Parts: sequence; structure tokens; C-alpha cells
Amino acid sequence: MSHDHEHDHEPVAESPVATRVRLLADRLVDEGIVTREELRKRMDWLVSRDPADGARLVARAWVDPEFKARLLGDAREAALEVGLDPGPSPVVVALENTEDVHHMVVCTLCSCYPKALLGPPPDWYKSLPYRSRAVSDPRGVLREFGVELSDDIEVRVVDSTANVRYLVIPCRPAGTDGMDEDELVPLITRDSMIGVAHAREPAAV
Amino acid sequence: MSFEGGQRVRISGRSHGGHHRTPDYVKGKTGTIVLSHGPFTNPETRAYGHDGLPEQQLYLVALAGDTKDRVYVDVYEHWLEEAE
Repeated sequence: MSHDHEHDHEPVAESPVATRVRLLADRLVDEGIVTREELRKRMDWLVSRDPADGARLVARAWVDPEFKARLLGDAREAALEVGLDPGPSPVVVALENTEDVHHMVVCTLCSCYPKALLGPPPDWYKSLPYRSRAVSDPRGVLREFGVELSDDIEVRVVDSTANVRYLVIPCRPAGTDGMDEDELVPLITRDSMIGVAHAREPAAV
Repeated sequence: MSFEGGQRVRISGRSHGGHHRTPDYVKGKTGTIVLSHGPFTNPETRAYGHDGLPEQQLYLVALAGDTKDRVYVDVYEHWLEEAE
């Protein structure tokens, strides 16, 4: 590389983490553990997922109590029942928020997340402050997300440290009685299914 | 040993040099079994190219706490012991 005209366009430097990922991928391919094609397919799959699938499950549960019972019993089977891909995790658990209990999900060890149903996790979900404070000061974290819960509500922080993926069923907002499944879906945000937000009020959509 | 829902357990406080899925902040704490997720291969040996056998039951444990709020955490059976 020429050093006599540094004002020219320098290539964007690779971040340390990107270097690590690249070297790891090279190594996995060299060792025959995965192929480039498999890596590409997996990345395509990941970015093709979004929270609409999780929202579909929640909306169905809101309008159909029998479906909700099946979703709470085995969320993986319930997703398959409505033609959704529950992802590679062998167990998916749905957690129902009620007027007495509020669930929020974290992975303190890394970033375990129901990617098949919610898409790639947001950056804050993978950040150290969220991962540590979700278990030490959940109400403080919720407050920062704009969720103020009264003292009579029990907050359950679910730390998904292992093979299981968790999806929160937020409370159905008031004023939605006459709405059907398709109308309810836009109220069910990604953050409400992580448990750091309420579902939207119809007026807010 | 397997555990039943509602049973009181203690999470082992031992240290573990390699990859494992028991976070430090839960080690040595007591709690209650919420449910069993079924058997899974052991990530502590799978991480090093082994088959992860024998499988370990994975439990959702509600940690005991001073307030109404609770932390629920997934813990493999070989990290759990009976508590009074």
C-alpha cells in the first residue's frame, strides 16, 4: 500500500470481533465442521426471521383460549400447529403475563433468544448492562424501558441459560375486545415478547 | 437424582474451570423447582467435542429471595442438590 497519499480512501478497518468471527469461520470450514454454504444459509435464515411470527402466536392466544392453553403447554408444538418455524431449540416455553405476574427474559451468560420467532436479538439484549441488571435490578431496567409496575405485581426474570427458549405473552391491552387476530398482531411488539414493554394500546398504532 | 416440582434445592457453589451453563450469581443459592424441561446432553463435555452423555435433566428453578420478585433460571441436574 502506498503511504504517500493518506488522504485517499482507506479501507474500513475490520473490528476485532469481526476478525475473530472471520477466523473462526475459516477454521470451522477448514476442519470440515461446516461448509460456506451452510453458514450462508443459516445467516439468510436468521435475517429472514422477524417478530411477526411471535406476534402471530400471541394474537392467536389472545383470541383462542384453547390455543393459549396449548401454547403454554408446548410452545414448539403450538408454533408448528399454525405453520410457524419454532427454530432448532428442542423446547420453547411461553410465559403468560397477567395482572399479577410480569415476566421478562434475559440470558445472563450470552444471548440465548427465540430467534426463530422474534428474529435477531436487539443489541441491548446482548449488552452487559442489560444482562447483569436484568437479574439484579429488574424493576429499574423496566423503568428505563418505560414500564412502571405496581408493587403488588410479581416480577419474574427468566434467565435462559441453556437449551430452552422463552417467549412472553404480554397482557392483552384494554379496548381491544372487538379486534380480530390480524388487527391485534401490530400491537404485539418484539419488546413486549421479551417482557420489557407492554403490548401497544390500539390508539398508539 | 431427579427432582419434583415444588421441591427445595440448592445450586452447587463449586467452581468449574471449563465451559458451563451455571452462572456464578446463582451458585450456592437455594430455590424451588418450577418444572423439568427434560433431558439434554451435557454442554460441559459437548463444548470439547464429546457426546455430552450421560444426559442431564434440565430444571427451571425459582431462586429464593427477600422480595416478591423472583429470578427463574435453567439449571442442569448435576448442579442441584436437595435442600431442607
